[in-house]
Amino acid sequence: MLQVKNIETLYGLVMALRGVSLELPENKITAILGSNGAGKSTLCKTIMGMLDDQPDKGTIWLDETRIDKKDTEDIVNLGLAYVPEGREVFEELTVLENLQMGAYTRKTSQAKDDLKRVYELFPRLKERQKQLAGHLSGGEQQMLAIGRALMMRPRIMLLDEPSLGLSPLLVKEIFGTIQRVNAEYGTTMLLVEQNAAMALKNCHYGYVMENGRFVLAGTPEELMADEDVREFYLGIRSEVSVKGYQRYKRKKRWR
Amino acid sequence: MLGQLITSGIAIGATYALMALAMVIIYKTSEVLNFAQGDMAMLSAFVAYMCLSTYGLGFAMSFTLALAFAFALGAFLEFAFLRRAKEPNVLGLIIITLGLEMMLYGLASWRWGSDQKDFPFPVSDFDVYQLGGDVVISQLNLVTLGVACALMILLFVFFRYTKVGVAMKATQQNQQAARLMGIRVGRIMMLTWGMSSVVGACAAFLIASTDTLDPNLMWTPQLKGFSAAVLGGMTSLVGAVLGGFILGVVENLFGGYVSVEFKAVVAFAVIVLILCVKPSGLFAKHYVRKV
Repeated sequence: MLQVKNIETLYGLVMALRGVSLELPENKITAILGSNGAGKSTLCKTIMGMLDDQPDKGTIWLDETRIDKKDTEDIVNLGLAYVPEGREVFEELTVLENLQMGAYTRKTSQAKDDLKRVYELFPRLKERQKQLAGHLSGGEQQMLAIGRALMMRPRIMLLDEPSLGLSPLLVKEIFGTIQRVNAEYGTTMLLVEQNAAMALKNCHYGYVMENGRFVLAGTPEELMADEDVREFYLGIRSEVSVKGYQRYKRKKRWR
Repeated sequence: MLGQLITSGIAIGATYALMALAMVIIYKTSEVLNFAQGDMAMLSAFVAYMCLSTYGLGFAMSFTLALAFAFALGAFLEFAFLRRAKEPNVLGLIIITLGLEMMLYGLASWRWGSDQKDFPFPVSDFDVYQLGGDVVISQLNLVTLGVACALMILLFVFFRYTKVGVAMKATQQNQQAARLMGIRVGRIMMLTWGMSSVVGACAAFLIASTDTLDPNLMWTPQLKGFSAAVLGGMTSLVGAVLGGFILGVVENLFGGYVSVEFKAVVAFAVIVLILCVKPSGLFAKHYVRKV
């Protein structure tokens, strides 16, 4: 499966990833938690080969093939799909055309089954298949972005903040679908999220990222039991004074 | 008189429409205005001329070869020059096309000289058909019209119903996302340039057959094609063709009723007017982003 070995990514002189290693277990959902600017999306983009000449150091392997330094198109063809942050659907194409673009590298006959599959997962997309993608609501666009990636029948899916800008109800729905895809089709997933509670509820293994490094890793149970995660990511305060404010500021132990 | 002016306006407009189509195809996928369009087409016309007069090949053979050359030329220029641009912005790319224009112009002048040559064509401009009343249309005009409409329909079907056509539109809207779909953006661009070059070459053959062939052949038609494309909204194929027809008719009416000397100005007046009044063009269905 996908193995990331000690990669460092630079944006100019700024180091966004400072030595990240990661291995995705097959058929499981792995989550990466972290706040803004922690380097989560950079990690995804580096894996997908979307940043020129990056990673600066380290290697990325898919089974026995080395995939860093490859073109995005080739990486996609090896079975990796990336649902980018902020959806990035083709706004001036119809929903159906968007989905067809997802199946661009595949034969039309194969794509037909996948289209059925996607419509079954997201009945809403079927209703709107003739509409322009840009005229969909945020939630529908997210469904479309996920559906479009599913059309590639990927082995590994990287989902970058699927909950961004969605209502709690929709977030629940989207995560339900992610679970379902994982269970039914055995797609390995890497889930990048700021919504820690939701991500931990829906993953098999989790990492916490800060300042371009993984600072903590473990099963969701372990992470949820961790005091720092509870306080800084789940917002569960460990000690509150009678008057309702915190008595002292907790230090994160991993710093 | 009015009928005749309109008819020949439409006929002339058809060549503008073809040039506009060629420009729109490239603009649609990369938002680059290709100023080398005319000279790419001119060079292809010279290749056709060379096949016809120097090697004495038949019309069908010569035109096929020249169109193949046009395709290869377009694809090559994209691959060799535009793709090499480091961190390109649209303005930079447009400047590259201006440079290409001069290169191609120089190449043609050096290879074939700048004297005017007679371009042989199977259809004549002098056999005319009566259209009722005293309105006539020449065989060549009919062919031009037919070619313009056929190409427009072909391109429309291509962009609407084929996977590659849709991928071209996708590439224009979001290159990153297109890459993530496994669309090879480089190849799509090459294909776009090739197709556009072929459409331009068709226009050049038709124009060369009414006019004479020399390196300046496509200078005016390119500018007219450009204003037709602006008139039609730059992104719409149908708009480009209608823009071409409208421009042809308006220009001809102006020449007929106002002044023949100032006829050439009309196209540019149209650009200015459109950019002032309705900058998105008459026929562009521009997608409105929801806020």
